[in-house]
Amino acid sequence: MIVPRPQLNFWERLYLPAIWNGFKVTLRHFFRKKVTMQYPEERWVVPPGYRGAPYLVQDPTGRTKCVSCQLCEFVCPPKAIRIVPPGPAVDPAAGNVEKRPREFEIDMLRCIFCGLCEEVCPEEAIFLLQDYSLTGTRREEMIYDLKKLLALGGVHQDKIRKWERKAREAEAQEVFPVGRT
Amino acid sequence: MSAAAVVTSPAPPSSDTVNVTVDGRTVAVPRLLPDWRGKLVPTTMIQACEQAGVEVPHYCYHAKLPVAGNCRMCLVEYGLPALGPEGQPLRKPDGSLAVKKSPRPAIACATPISPGMEIYTATPEVQQMRASVLEFLLINHPLDCPICDQAGECKLQEYSVEYGHAASRFVETKVHKPKQVDLGPRIMLDDERCILCTRCIRFTRDLAGDDALGIVNRGSYNTLAAYPGRAFDNPYTLNTVDLCPVGALTAKDFRFQMRVWFLKETKSLCTSCGTGCNVLIGSRENRILRYTPRANDAVNVCWLCDHGRLNYRWIGRPDRLRQLAGSRLPAPTWDAALTEVAQRLRHAVPGSVAVVASARLANEELYLIRRLAQHTGAATDIVPRSGPGDAWLIHADKNPNSLGAQRLGISADPAGSRLSQFAAAIGQGTLRTLLVFGEDVTPRGLGPELLDRLECLVVSDILPNRTTERAHVLLPGCAHAEKCGSFTNVHGRVQRFFKAVEPPGGARPEVEFLRELLQRVSGEPQPDTAEGLFHRMAAEVPAFAGLTWAGLGDTGAARPPEAERVRPRADATAG
Repeated sequence: MIVPRPQLNFWERLYLPAIWNGFKVTLRHFFRKKVTMQYPEERWVVPPGYRGAPYLVQDPTGRTKCVSCQLCEFVCPPKAIRIVPPGPAVDPAAGNVEKRPREFEIDMLRCIFCGLCEEVCPEEAIFLLQDYSLTGTRREEMIYDLKKLLALGGVHQDKIRKWERKAREAEAQEVFPVGRT
Repeated sequence: MSAAAVVTSPAPPSSDTVNVTVDGRTVAVPRLLPDWRGKLVPTTMIQACEQAGVEVPHYCYHAKLPVAGNCRMCLVEYGLPALGPEGQPLRKPDGSLAVKKSPRPAIACATPISPGMEIYTATPEVQQMRASVLEFLLINHPLDCPICDQAGECKLQEYSVEYGHAASRFVETKVHKPKQVDLGPRIMLDDERCILCTRCIRFTRDLAGDDALGIVNRGSYNTLAAYPGRAFDNPYTLNTVDLCPVGALTAKDFRFQMRVWFLKETKSLCTSCGTGCNVLIGSRENRILRYTPRANDAVNVCWLCDHGRLNYRWIGRPDRLRQLAGSRLPAPTWDAALTEVAQRLRHAVPGSVAVVASARLANEELYLIRRLAQHTGAATDIVPRSGPGDAWLIHADKNPNSLGAQRLGISADPAGSRLSQFAAAIGQGTLRTLLVFGEDVTPRGLGPELLDRLECLVVSDILPNRTTERAHVLLPGCAHAEKCGSFTNVHGRVQRFFKAVEPPGGARPEVEFLRELLQRVSGEPQPDTAEGLFHRMAAEVPAFAGLTWAGLGDTGAARPPEAERVRPRADATAG
């Protein structure tokens, strides 16, 4: 197909009117509200429900809420989560929860922030918080371990606290030796 | 051990059959079927349903245990042919038998069938009964699935999803019972999770012959407990963990190690004794995490002894032999090592070579050793290994493949009797090259000072020992879980095992390097699969004649020893 080349008249061939029109657009934007953000000094406030980096949380008593059920490890599509279960030794500090992770790693380079881990968690122990800018200088730095995930996750104001309720019930029934080491 | 606990193959089903209708489908089922002792008893509805391909959910029923009938999960509706006033069967206008539905349901596990019976397992009433039973079971169940090791293989979870209600109506406080109870050296008990099916009690009392468990307290406070002052530590305790349909009984060994849905299950065999119990190896990321029994009515039914079940940790030991080593190793490659050994074997004077093989090697590997010995004129023997046995699964012969070694002519008669001849020949200087596969010969009369007098000591092993330390050529080998092959158990059953995990470092399966060594020594090509070697062995060795690799299947094929073949045995047939 041959596209016919348009014939330009004198004014059009002069280009000056086009340049003038361009300046007019630029000038108009000069007096408008600025949209550029001075990142990283200025940060974007993410909307509620935003799926940022997944972190582990503690309950108000400081207990790691994760019980190492490994459902998030199972459901994670890019296999970014890796949990080391505690093993057979009875952990007196775990109380009636019995189980908590010995190690919990999330490879933030692999994570796709899909939120399935948060959705599947039966203990409300992992949440996709608002961190969207994760940086590091080495790959190993981007594998967040249990300590780091807990520090970043903070405290979850849990209303249910089912393990405490179970312990209270058992104590009331004087059958379950609460606080037994 | 009770006499009934001795492994017996199921008696042949009685020839006379009964026609019953399960969910509208008529099937002919045997009138009598073997119970847990192998004794013929009237067929029950649950067995008839199984034969009709209909699964009836159940907790307390187990085909290999006495029937208790306490969980009520298998309630079904049924009908019997209606009888007239004179006791004659009534017929419908079309001539078929009229069936009168029973007004009450019955437990399928304990109700015998009768001719013309109709069983209904899918009616709304049955579904409602199942949902109600589950609701009762869940009243005091703690629902701590996230921390329960049974999650993923829990019948309470499975049936709740399939037949239960989605929500709980129970608003009262649950009864709390002891948790983390140390039931025995290998078992942890959580009484809250127990649904009181009594499978563990029946197994321990009737099969293991150790009446250690029972239920104490009443009503909602029913609690499983060990008899006071008595340890639950018989050699078969861990079978109760498999039997437990929920997470009440858990193995301390596997407790909080891995969720079961991550486990890759590989069909294998237990190598702790000559019984050759069928197991499933559960592994994840090249790490073996547990053994569970695999059903084989001709060998272990569905049981496994605790020692065999826990005897897997050595496979992942950090001091495993990983690299080729030895002072005669020309270069640290398998090619160089095998060429060096082959060179020596080809030029050896007949009578100057001997092989100490292991009855822990597979039939295929022992066959290659047999061929190697034929080519080099070497004498062979194995190291016998015996220990305490019992009348059930634990055999006194602690080698998994003694009979295979015997049938392949590797083992002397009696096994190990040639080792003293080897020692004498080394002392005289006539035996100059010794090949040792998977054994430490130093405590067997071939002490370090004798081994030092050899011109060439070729050793293949899995873990370091005093023999491997002295090897001139050390070939790192594989555990059975790292390779594929077959064993012949003490009763002559040839069974297969498969590879579950990768060998560490540079270790290679014995079957691979023995094949390459034999090719270098004999110049003949050898099959490069366990299957090919098995078929060649079957063609050459009369004891394996007629067997095929595929024909071994999951449960193996029997070739009873000569002494046993004279007596007619129920399990003397292949399959």
